[in-house]
Amino acid sequence: MKPRRSSLPGFRLTLTFTLVYLAAIVLVPLTTLPVKSFQTGWAALWEIVTDPRVIASYRLTIGASFVAACVNGVFGGIIAWVLVRYRFPGRRVIDAIIDLPFALPTAVAGITLTSLYAPNGWFGQFLAPYGIQGAFSPLGITIALVFIGLPFVVRTLQPVISDLDVELEEVATSLGANRWQVIFRVILPYLYPAWLIGFGMAFARAIGEYGSVVFIAGNMPMKTEVASLLIITKLTQYDYVGAAAIAFVLLALSFVLLLVLNGLQGWSARRLGY
Amino acid sequence: MASHHSASTIAKPGLTEPAIVRVALTTIALLFLVAFLVVPLVYIFVEAFRNGWSAYTDAIRDPGARAAISLTLIVAALSVPANALFGVAAAWAITRFDFRGKRVLTTLIDLPFAVSPVVAGLIFVQLFGRQGWFGPWLFEHDLKVIFAVPGIVLATIFVSFPFVARELIAVMEASGREEEEAASLLGASGWQMFLRVTLPNVKWAFISGVILCTARAMGEFGAVSVVSGRIRGETTTLPIHVEILYNEYAFQASFAVASLLAILAVVTLVLQTIVEQRHQRALAAANRAPTEAQA
Repeated sequence: MKPRRSSLPGFRLTLTFTLVYLAAIVLVPLTTLPVKSFQTGWAALWEIVTDPRVIASYRLTIGASFVAACVNGVFGGIIAWVLVRYRFPGRRVIDAIIDLPFALPTAVAGITLTSLYAPNGWFGQFLAPYGIQGAFSPLGITIALVFIGLPFVVRTLQPVISDLDVELEEVATSLGANRWQVIFRVILPYLYPAWLIGFGMAFARAIGEYGSVVFIAGNMPMKTEVASLLIITKLTQYDYVGAAAIAFVLLALSFVLLLVLNGLQGWSARRLGY
Repeated sequence: MASHHSASTIAKPGLTEPAIVRVALTTIALLFLVAFLVVPLVYIFVEAFRNGWSAYTDAIRDPGARAAISLTLIVAALSVPANALFGVAAAWAITRFDFRGKRVLTTLIDLPFAVSPVVAGLIFVQLFGRQGWFGPWLFEHDLKVIFAVPGIVLATIFVSFPFVARELIAVMEASGREEEEAASLLGASGWQMFLRVTLPNVKWAFISGVILCTARAMGEFGAVSVVSGRIRGETTTLPIHVEILYNEYAFQASFAVASLLAILAVVTLVLQTIVEQRHQRALAAANRAPTEAQA
């Protein structure tokens, strides 16, 4: 751990503080999950996480998160393209508001979306005549997850679109490609690593989301109970072992996603020649 | 000129989509953003003022709301400086020195972003709760962490952990260490160098990180709701207070308190935009200086 080539002071002090703080706040608390799960034993752990109610919650969480990330992939892609490439009045304000889901506390987003999509709400009243239930259904959960995931896709794509070299498009055009060929052969292949990363980040965020989902979900076991919610339910029933087991699987899933995303980022950086 | 390409090339046929496609895409984007972002934001204030101004102020002046406001401020006042100090130390160690395990360390700093807020709360319950690792010891000494303010502060520190460090690491990595090494060579002390050379360079990134960290610290719900215990007037932060009111069907009051958090979010967005512009301007000025000197 010796600095190789630096005449600057403060290495020991700052690194020690960093490691101690990281260990105290993040690493030691996080190790309680695998430790608790080991103490419980694999057989018992397996029994908890294969309970039909738990399986249903994982399926719902992953399914709704995936659909929401897809919606964000499509619309976030269009929004990023429009914001970078086109000029229209109010563009700057729209650009600033993209980050609203990051800045707005999730509980506030949760109660707002629930009221909007309730059967008598601003949006819900138009869905109700068609027999579509907005709030208190998997659709409502997906809507909340679209809300919180949107900035990830837009913010990941924006810089890549603005770095896109117009000369590349000019060359393709002068060689006789029409606009659609340019889009599908030149632009999209260049954008899609960033697109995947944005999609992955939105998906990962949605998997663990709680605040914006808890109000709109309705929380019916087997039907509209997401995993993070089931953890809270177990906790309120003092079932600490159950809560820890479900959380352990959720955490493992987040780690896998984090690793995949890190790999993607390295691949994308190499592809773009950084 | 890279930043102007879109404006200058839009007119050229073949380098942009046909006008009708452009209009269609812009309309789709705007409709989506209005439905998903603008309407919800407006709706918060419509509901908050549904029963008039006095009902709004009543909800905010209510003792429970006041206690929630002060607890939220206390939690932010404790967790933001702690994470800011950590951010500076981590960024200094990571960007100014070479050591083994640096990449792993950088990834570990981002870890809290990958953890579900509920899991973030749960791990502190497992450490400090009644049946937790330190639970019996805390109980013997009559100390309370879970369902008390210390637990809320710890959970908040966890979820807002990476913001400052991330911003600083990115900027300090890009700026390189030559300027500090020169200052050090010229005999500047550690603090002089940090205050006169490093800080001016990373000022905007630091401020940006602190703004994001503060917004998250004041708005965190999932992690805090696990460790809070919802003791009214004692362990209820603003988001928890919003939840309690909503679950009691006091919708107008709930949205009134929520509007405070919405205002906080809007202020955050405005400050972020200003900081971003300042930062860009500072960068442009810094890039211009050497070329002018050469000329």
